[in-house]
Amino acid sequence: MSILIDKNTRVLVQGITGNEGLFHTGQMLQYGTNIVAGVTPGKGGEWVLDGKVPVFDSVRIAVDATGADVSVIFVPARFAPDAIYEAADADIPLIVCITEGIPVQDMMQVRVYLDGTGSRLIGPNCPGLLTPGESKVGIIPGNISLPGSVGVVSRSGTLTYEVLYALMIKGIGVSTCVGIGGDPINGTNFIDCLTLFEDDGLTETVVMIGEIGGADEEKAAEFIQNKMTKPVVSFIAGQTAPPGKRMGHAGAIIEGGTGTAADKIAALKAAGVEVARHPEEIPTLLKTGI
Amino acid sequence: MKLHEYQSKQIFSRYGIPIPKGRVAATADEAKQIAKDLGSWVVIKSQVLVGGRGKAGGIRLAKTSEEAAEFADQILSMEIKGLPVRKVLVDEAAPIEAEIYLGITNDRNARRPVMISSSAGGVEIEEVARTTPEKIVKILIDPLLGLRDYQARDIAAGIDLNRECWRQFLQIAKGLWQVYKDCDATLAEINPLVVTTGLKLLALDGKMVIDDNALFRQQSLAEMRDSDIEAPSEIEARRYGLSFIKLDGNIGCMVNGAGLAMTTMDIIKLFGGSPANFLDIGGGASSDKVSAALRIILTDRNVKAVLYNIFGGITRCDEVARGILAAIQEVKPNVPMVVRLVGTNAEEGRRILADANMITAETLVEAAQKAVSEAQRG
Repeated sequence: MSILIDKNTRVLVQGITGNEGLFHTGQMLQYGTNIVAGVTPGKGGEWVLDGKVPVFDSVRIAVDATGADVSVIFVPARFAPDAIYEAADADIPLIVCITEGIPVQDMMQVRVYLDGTGSRLIGPNCPGLLTPGESKVGIIPGNISLPGSVGVVSRSGTLTYEVLYALMIKGIGVSTCVGIGGDPINGTNFIDCLTLFEDDGLTETVVMIGEIGGADEEKAAEFIQNKMTKPVVSFIAGQTAPPGKRMGHAGAIIEGGTGTAADKIAALKAAGVEVARHPEEIPTLLKTGI
Repeated sequence: MKLHEYQSKQIFSRYGIPIPKGRVAATADEAKQIAKDLGSWVVIKSQVLVGGRGKAGGIRLAKTSEEAAEFADQILSMEIKGLPVRKVLVDEAAPIEAEIYLGITNDRNARRPVMISSSAGGVEIEEVARTTPEKIVKILIDPLLGLRDYQARDIAAGIDLNRECWRQFLQIAKGLWQVYKDCDATLAEINPLVVTTGLKLLALDGKMVIDDNALFRQQSLAEMRDSDIEAPSEIEARRYGLSFIKLDGNIGCMVNGAGLAMTTMDIIKLFGGSPANFLDIGGGASSDKVSAALRIILTDRNVKAVLYNIFGGITRCDEVARGILAAIQEVKPNVPMVVRLVGTNAEEGRRILADANMITAETLVEAAQKAVSEAQRG
């Protein structure tokens, strides 16, 4: 068991003929992900990666031909909102947008629109998902994680890899890892993922990686206290970040005194969550937690 | 990216929002001429991208054109919170009956734009929110529908605005919404929006922040960037597509990924050190980028040690290692360097750096501890 993706997931890649799209599709295939189609308008009928993946002109045509149920988006920021709308209008239930740099007003419109459809969006500005041993959708390296029972959810990219790696070298496996992205407006938040992990039969504990900016960690803390039975271990990045500066991620900024790491850590601790002082401490806390 | 008051107000004006008559001056003579042309009392306002200009003496009321010249001269020689005043706005003074706050920003939690208004204008809205939150009215806007007339009326009623002014207020609120939308603003603010003794509404001050992610389609706004607000090293970093923020510590950091870069700063602090910067070299960092990054880190004389923390995923450690080697040969740093390479092709990366006289570390903790002790020794 896992959440959101598994070995049966049929993946479609939007922007498959671009540099990023092509490279990561190769990586996903190598991992064993079931890639069924690619979309690049104007290149329908071609095949890529040694004839392994057919390319279609639109998401609708690709879905009709292949039954794809997850789309992963690698198109540039200025075209990404359109790609998300296209996937939603083709009734794709899970859309994963890797693209960084989408204007925030575009994302607000996307969110309102998606709320009226049956599609879930992961990202944007995220590394995607990994269910070790079964499927990876996005850019998380496959060789730094083992199958297991720890659910991981994170706002970050390489920091997530760091945590997966720290778990792996201590022999701890992961049910599913979800990178929800570093933008201020995203499709799926901590609470959505915590809910999925709570309901997942295989997941026994959860690791939540947050960072400065916004109040999603605080809201998650409240959710954990009131709704979760499974233990959660957390780490919050940005304790030394100065206020008013955007720390790389569009969403990582302390504004008007809110969104500080100290506030988030305090809220999580008050909710009974073990908070690691650094990523390499997480495996120890997981073990004592269990 | 922040815009100056005069830039924001010029934009407001194009959207039917009334602003005081006035122009920008870079010299006392220009200010004097503008005051003469206006033929009234004028307000001389420093144009710097920080708050608290009034308290710092950067805003003065001049009753004559001679006074305008004198005050402009004083203000143009000031620094406010470390920023030089290069321009002043010379605005016709307005007879003020009441001061209102009106702004639009993104409500992150609601995932929608929010219009905020208050009858307690003229002070920072955060201050009003702390002291008299009951004086604040907020209305969420559907990003697909935009601001509706009834919402603007609700706000006017909510702040007890004189009914005589409602029609004007509606026009201003809708204009501000359009500004926010057309300019990809993350903040569009009028503070204060004044009611004059003649019951006319006037945007006395203006502030806008533009979404950096949207600058690709906001060319004319992008050109308005004032770089005074950034450290020279930050401007240089942007040229190379590096995400860099200067801090006060003595351990330079070079990391791939924003979350990991913050974590590296945090762990340095946890072990008793102090980071000199935030730096994300991004994915697939070329040797050009790595060289530029090292040069930028070392321009800071406080730096006593450099910590490289590279987690190879899609980014390959051998590629970054080659970049580091080229950077060292080019920049010839004379501070100790601690390097930690993990993940894809880490072995190969370590081999490349074996002769580079660097201190190596396996774990994040070990890397941080070594960097801290090196910096303390230096």
